Amino acid sequence: MDFSLSPGAVDFRAAVKAFIAEHLTTEVVDQMHATGTFNDKTFNAALADAGLLAGAVPGYGDRDPIELYILFNELEKAGAPYDGLAVTMLVAGVVNAVGTDFHRNRVLQKLLTGRFNCCLGYSEPDHGSDVASITTKAVRDGDEWVITGQKMWTTMAHVSDWVILLTRTNPDVPRHKGLTMFLLPMDTPGIEVQPVPTMATERTNATFYDDVRVGDEWRLGEVDGGWAVMGVALAFERGVMGGTNPAVPLLRHVRDWAGGAASPDGGTMLQDPLLRERLARTAIANQVSQLLTLRAAWIAATGGLPGLEGSMAKLYATGRYQQAVGWFQEMAGAEGLLAFGVDDAAADGWIDYDARHAPVTTIYGGTTEINRNNVAERHLGLPRDR
Amino acid sequence: MDLDLTEDQESIRDVFADFFSSETGPEQAREAEPLGFDSRAWDRLLETGAPGMGVAESSGGGGANLADLAVVVEEAGAHIAALPLVDHMVTTRLLARVGACDDDVLAGTTIVGLAIRPPQDGTARTVPSGAVARQVVALDGDALVLVDSDPGAHLQNHGCLPLAHRPLAGATVLAKGPDAAAAYHLALDEWRTLTASTLVGITRTALNLGVDYARERRQFGRPIGSFQAIQHLLADLPGLLDGARLLTAKAAWAGDRAVAGQTGVADIGDNEITDFATLACMALVSAGEAATTATDRSLHVHGGYGFSEEYDIQLYFRRARALTVVLDDPARECRRLADMLLTRHATGTTA
Repeated sequence: MDFSLSPGAVDFRAAVKAFIAEHLTTEVVDQMHATGTFNDKTFNAALADAGLLAGAVPGYGDRDPIELYILFNELEKAGAPYDGLAVTMLVAGVVNAVGTDFHRNRVLQKLLTGRFNCCLGYSEPDHGSDVASITTKAVRDGDEWVITGQKMWTTMAHVSDWVILLTRTNPDVPRHKGLTMFLLPMDTPGIEVQPVPTMATERTNATFYDDVRVGDEWRLGEVDGGWAVMGVALAFERGVMGGTNPAVPLLRHVRDWAGGAASPDGGTMLQDPLLRERLARTAIANQVSQLLTLRAAWIAATGGLPGLEGSMAKLYATGRYQQAVGWFQEMAGAEGLLAFGVDDAAADGWIDYDARHAPVTTIYGGTTEINRNNVAERHLGLPRDR
Repeated sequence: MDLDLTEDQESIRDVFADFFSSETGPEQAREAEPLGFDSRAWDRLLETGAPGMGVAESSGGGGANLADLAVVVEEAGAHIAALPLVDHMVTTRLLARVGACDDDVLAGTTIVGLAIRPPQDGTARTVPSGAVARQVVALDGDALVLVDSDPGAHLQNHGCLPLAHRPLAGATVLAKGPDAAAAYHLALDEWRTLTASTLVGITRTALNLGVDYARERRQFGRPIGSFQAIQHLLADLPGLLDGARLLTAKAAWAGDRAVAGQTGVADIGDNEITDFATLACMALVSAGEAATTATDRSLHVHGGYGFSEEYDIQLYFRRARALTVVLDDPARECRRLADMLLTRHATGTTA
């Protein structure tokens, strides 16, 4: 094994770091938390213009796929607004894998400019983990489809140009077999977006589809073949495109705070033996999370679909992140409760922010329980029980 | 970057998987208790060249690097071999570095071991191979010393490791000063890395035992492995196992770079860690946690049978704990790790 990056990857990482140092200003970070939209079109466009998005689409182009991992890992470690970009590039990968020339020309090329966004329309109010049971229906009408229903957790819908939308096209077959995916322009008449505020700073949405008419050319994959498209999308989503190193900025913020924070026992918090132990344990977890993610990226780079490995990375990383957040919030005491912008807030409010954000990480992108089911059934070969 | 084993390492893995699966295993481990030394298997192991394989060919060894040795000892751990292989391997490498490795040590006819804790009152306490090794190397102050005496009296213990105290009276001084200490600490980090790899092997088998049992055991009319409560206990383990294996492999990679004179970095702010001492410590804590968790859950899945002597999981359960704490409390290892990681921040600056 060789854990050093290739010279080309080292150069790419240096370019990403330099880009972040120049473009990730305090204003960009403040704007992200103030609006709840972890997406910055100016930042994304500048990334594309700097040539750093060319390798960001899973499975597309001739760039080293490790670049995809490096890009999102660096953005995540830096605390940059990358959620919208990750979803957009994920959709670009799905479009590339299963789309038509029409989709590639009309959508993929635009996504590569960093000036357009996509969102994911899978979950519904009554169908989350059991996504194959969704009821948003698409009915064929000549060369068109008419779509009616509601989606939930459509994060970035309010800034998106397209949504990939999972619909039911056949209610008379087993639930996985009657689904069809669409790539739907968000300016199609009949779509309504309503904000869903969350307990962290980020915003998500509910989206409503009322007799939305769309041409068959916007269908993504086969009629009743939507589940296969989901499989591609989920394999790209888990592990490789950020979301598995959230405790890196947390550790940095806590370390920097602890060096200057007085301990009630005397000295600084950084001299507290228990905090030191926990900082070290978090540093170990961050390395393991990075390596599990790198392994998923490595599998993708060598031609595989790292769905299971991504599940393992997400299971491990999000559990450890929540554990670390709990430790550090307790140890920061009352100052750890104080928010961004409040004097004396521990770690400038980052502990409060991470403690608000952490719970969703074991829910979105496939809950911990769904990922455990995946690993139990498909990796360990235990009998399916649902 | 390359996260696959080399072709040579795949061959090494296959050869030693065969060896340990035919010469060692739960049955032999039981017979070797309580001492924890299977002398018949050790004699057979000499024929493979494993005892000296980590020493340079120019010094009469097999020329294997630390990453290769990690592959070998994962198999030893997976097959619960009652052999002082890790201790012998790292000590032969240390002795070769200070020019004190003789042919009997290379061949393994003389067993050598490392005192992994600082001596107290002239005695190296609870030496992991102290009850079977003829020669033990210790760091006594700033002196690297070798004691050559009959193996010590076995201290009966939780994991049936061949633990013994070894008095250092009459020991030979091999080297003194900063270089001696550096050589010792390099060997100790190799011990951490290879012990981590042994624990990875234990984790692997413990997981397999739990999964196999959950598939076969039936209650309420169906396999217990079909219950989500059981599935989810086991489903966390592959990530722990693979994570610990990757981190251990990275530590071995960093160790081989360190031996070649390349230094690494340890920047937790950027999650960029290539320093060997840091990674060795991380690997041992990570693999210890993986092994204790996997053996704990696997034993639990076995129900009462897991607690009985008859089933194999208890052998793995006890060794997982023994190898995790025989050097030190993992919490103290973490504080030591923090000392390495936070040096620049220890004075209250936020540089």
